[in-house]
Amino acid sequence: MKEDLICTNCPLGCGLQVTYDKKKIIKVEGNTCKRGEEYAEKEIFHPERIVTTTVRVSGAAVPFLPVKTDKSVPRELCFKVMDRAFGARAKAPVKAGDIIIKNILDTGADLVATRSLKKEKNNA
Amino acid sequence: MTREVQALVIGAGPAGLGAALSLKNAGIEDILVVDREDSPGGILLQCIHNGFGLHQFNEELTGPEYAERYINRFRKSNIDLLVNTSAIDIIADGDKKTVVLLSEEEGLMEVSAKAVILSMGCRERNRGNIAIPGSRPAGIMTAGFAQKMVNMHGHIPGKEIVILGSGDIGLIMARRLTWEGAHVKAVIEVQPFPGGLNRNIVQCLNDFKIPLYLSHTITNIKGNWRIKGVDVASIDKHLEPTSEDKFSLTCDCLLLSIGLIPENELSLKAGVILDPVTRGAIVDVNLMTSVPGVFACGNVLQVHDLADWVSEEAEYCGKAAALYIQDKITKGRELPVKTGNLVRYVLPSRVEAGKEAILSLRPITPAKDITLMIKSEKKILHKKKHKKIFPSEMLRIPLKEIPADAQYIDVSFVWEEK
Repeated sequence: MKEDLICTNCPLGCGLQVTYDKKKIIKVEGNTCKRGEEYAEKEIFHPERIVTTTVRVSGAAVPFLPVKTDKSVPRELCFKVMDRAFGARAKAPVKAGDIIIKNILDTGADLVATRSLKKEKNNA
Repeated sequence: MTREVQALVIGAGPAGLGAALSLKNAGIEDILVVDREDSPGGILLQCIHNGFGLHQFNEELTGPEYAERYINRFRKSNIDLLVNTSAIDIIADGDKKTVVLLSEEEGLMEVSAKAVILSMGCRERNRGNIAIPGSRPAGIMTAGFAQKMVNMHGHIPGKEIVILGSGDIGLIMARRLTWEGAHVKAVIEVQPFPGGLNRNIVQCLNDFKIPLYLSHTITNIKGNWRIKGVDVASIDKHLEPTSEDKFSLTCDCLLLSIGLIPENELSLKAGVILDPVTRGAIVDVNLMTSVPGVFACGNVLQVHDLADWVSEEAEYCGKAAALYIQDKITKGRELPVKTGNLVRYVLPSRVEAGKEAILSLRPITPAKDITLMIKSEKKILHKKKHKKIFPSEMLRIPLKEIPADAQYIDVSFVWEEK
């Protein structure tokens, strides 16, 4: 099988032509350094992404709290992480780094707050 | 109310916060920062994606996290901050600059300062800036506005989205809206190369198989009350639409990610002269504008692609402004910086003999295997080969010392003979 990728290790963004079978990479072309091969291996067999989104928060001056997965999660789980985050609710006060959902979808990653929000008196 | 301070900083985004902290570190005590929003942080607060801080903190942060690092330092330093306050006028009168501020709580205020730092950021180019033909229905907005709607207010601007322009905010919103359940049909880019960073092309478009049409533009917007669709056409080398590749897309939302303009209306009121290329102030090596004592940094000076560089520029600006306030700033012999081959602009456009300088520059087009050469008429000051250069990636080059006898500095991209 063949696939074209763009390496994101550095701003060069080498265009990679990757040949692979079910189990392993057979050939990577187009890379200008070793990291291109590692990138191709990871992207083809187990690509991961950090998910950033928002959850509803009560008691703060704003209605939404920005959150992220504190580690990257398998790319194919991103939409499920979004669904799970959609149902979550946070309550002020919140500190950046506070865990909103622990070990989300058993990925080993926690969904954590990325902004600190104070409790507002007239917004219980 | 009237008040006098040593330094007034306009805008509390990454540029304003960075500059204020730098002023404080340099021994300036009497600083006032104003911001028109209700909390500091600026546009970073709506940029909830990651990718910030790799240069400043050596780790990958989201926009709000990056902002919070600076906000925490700022709070600890006890610098005075006025929020919900707009600066509406600057009157420059020699050593004294008077800024007119307006807030709901305090009404009109006049604050005079020895140094004013402009750090108001930039705003997005809109439909009017590029005159797209067609009707004027609802559902057309800038990508950054959509970002604010989604991330701060929880509203989704549409279900079927077309994005014009491949700037980073547009790419980020393509992913954000896809994750939120919308169908992003295409990104249309007039240039033959993408406007945004590589990692955003990969992770925001390719991950979701969103097509990117390079060298294409929108020739018509359709729909009466709500946008119903757009006509797309390929363009020739004069950027004129051709009939070669024409197609239509239905959509209920069109996002525009077609560039940013430094927000300089206030600067103009102070008499600051602007550069027609960067559309920010013309500054000297201290980032001081044409009005003595008025400095500029961040996106109001030049549109950056990384917040990290904004922070760095702001720190440099704050240091220089502190020297100005302490009457310690030295003015050496100035010489021009020439923009040579393939260079769109260099900032600052003049430097001082015998002094250090940090040059920011961008190429006109992408190029491969090219050498950046910075030299005076006698001496090479910087020479580095680049495998690839992109207009979307600003280069920042520190120069230790401009030769004392230099008459000019030339910045060019050159192909070296093999």
